[in-house]
Amino acid sequence: MSDPTPLVVQFSAVSKTFGDVKAVNRISFEIRRGEFFSILGPSGCGKTTTLRLLAGFDEPDDDGGEVRLLGEVVNTRRPYERQIGMVFQSYALFPHLSVERNVGFGLEQRKTPTAEIAARVREALEMVRLAPDKFTRRMPAQLSGGQRQRVALARALVLNPAILLLDEPLGAVDLKVRKEMQLELKALNQQLGTTFVYVTHDQEEALTMSDRIAVMDNGLVAQLGTPAEIYENPRTAFVAKFIGESNFFGGRVVRRAAGALELALARGECIRVPDSPAIKEGQQVQIAVRPEWMDVCRPADVPAGENALAGEIRDVIYLGETMHVMVTLEDGNEVTVALRNEGQLIKPLPWKRGDTAAVAWLPEDCQILEEA
Amino acid sequence: MLWLVVFFLIPLLIMFAYSVMPRGEYGGVERGFTLESYQRFFVPIYLTILIRTFLVSIACTAICLVLGYPVAYAIARSGRWKNLLLFLVVLPFWTSFLVRTFAMIFLMRDTGLINTWLLELGLISKPLTILYTPFSVMAGLVYGFLPFMILPIYASLEKLDNSLLEAAEVLGARPAARFRQVTLPLSLPGVVAGCLLVFIPALGSFLTPDLLGGAKELMIGNLVQNQFASARNWPFGSAASFILMALVLAAVMIYLRMRDAAPAAR
Repeated sequence: MSDPTPLVVQFSAVSKTFGDVKAVNRISFEIRRGEFFSILGPSGCGKTTTLRLLAGFDEPDDDGGEVRLLGEVVNTRRPYERQIGMVFQSYALFPHLSVERNVGFGLEQRKTPTAEIAARVREALEMVRLAPDKFTRRMPAQLSGGQRQRVALARALVLNPAILLLDEPLGAVDLKVRKEMQLELKALNQQLGTTFVYVTHDQEEALTMSDRIAVMDNGLVAQLGTPAEIYENPRTAFVAKFIGESNFFGGRVVRRAAGALELALARGECIRVPDSPAIKEGQQVQIAVRPEWMDVCRPADVPAGENALAGEIRDVIYLGETMHVMVTLEDGNEVTVALRNEGQLIKPLPWKRGDTAAVAWLPEDCQILEEA
Repeated sequence: MLWLVVFFLIPLLIMFAYSVMPRGEYGGVERGFTLESYQRFFVPIYLTILIRTFLVSIACTAICLVLGYPVAYAIARSGRWKNLLLFLVVLPFWTSFLVRTFAMIFLMRDTGLINTWLLELGLISKPLTILYTPFSVMAGLVYGFLPFMILPIYASLEKLDNSLLEAAEVLGARPAARFRQVTLPLSLPGVVAGCLLVFIPALGSFLTPDLLGGAKELMIGNLVQNQFASARNWPFGSAASFILMALVLAAVMIYLRMRDAAPAAR
């Protein structure tokens, strides 16, 4: 299949070892021009190493594959020869230089004429919504966290990089500013057409902003796809657990019938899951179901065609937007069901601790997981 | 606070009182008030000593800076060897300064280690005169004060955030530019502290010029010591100390003014 959008980043079987730790283990992925691409994972998963390989702070192992930027192999090329910009988690503003000199730093290195520097610095500051007249003379210490990160962003963007690397840039700013900046970053990406590579451990942040997400685990790309694909079709238990919440069930395929597989759980209960050609009869499989795709009902009221498991209500938790109903199934497993809160004062949920109930869900809402 | 009053302020006041009192016959002071000791200082012979003291101290500070900065830089980037190297920098303090100065004499005298080795290697045919020269004094001072330069510079380099250097690199700064525009300016507080820690005690040094200079090239510290000890002119010794102190204070104040004014000009 041909893709009209050129690839700006290509990782082919890239490895990086520190001592005897394989931080990144033969990973391959591609990033298209203009994409907002997130690398998501818990700390130690290799996401920062991946970004540093991309930036040129680290080089791949000698036989560690190829990193290509804009089509060229850049394995050993220094960061300043890569047409990249970078925004650091710690902001990394030069504390001894004013906002103007910070933003103009890269232009100064390129021997840009002073008048042009001043004009481009103003332009860059306006782009990140900092009034130039108010901020150019300030020192980094006189700025709030959000303002510092805006300056850092302006400092990277003023050089018109082909790729902007962002290393958890919002990790240190408070929640409100973070939400605001997430939308602004997304808008900047669309407005400038610059490719953004965004490293984060915050799944919500990745889902909000990204065109595509690479979920990393243990030095490997566990899954790569759009936010919807990642959330709605998690391929492994790790992805299902790391992004959002999931309920897990394990069972053996007993029958294939009418476009569905019938699964026998440990205590013999039968549930139906969507058919998948890779699965054979008799095979042991694990499935995941999102809490918000399940419902709680009386055992007698289970809608026809739905999977249902009986249990006892353990707790009902008020979360504002949603209500979490925790159900202990007959086999002892805990299941969380998320229900929309329709107003507990007007229309309270009919469940309380100790009630007998069933959790029910549609077969197509089951996700069959691969062995991790 | 009390500690400062008892051990610093009160002795200082006693010294000041001495400096404006007439000298006693056999040391000490007599009752009365006179500025004679201060007037006496401003004659060419003492002014020469004062100027020499400043020149020697400035040179010593400059040499310590040139030697100390690279050492501090290397230690700050030495990874797991850091603690060992720091330990080696501080190691000389385990021995008394006097003992170390005598060791320098054994190294540098005509029949000392340096000359013996050079003679045996056949590099020289007769011993070099190293001891009792301005060189040996400077060597002794630099040797003694170098750690006071290294440690503060090390401290400021050590806390330099590496991501600043990485940011500079992504922005296009080559190694030389990174050092000049990021590392050096951010280590200046350490450089300043190191310079003060070397320069001020160097001004007051008397042991090194005495033992390694053969008491030929007096520094103001020697003058003060002589006045209190052999010359038994306590008021003049006190006055000389106070003049030195006033000059140091003035120099530091001027420096601080300049530093505070500097950022606005950039």
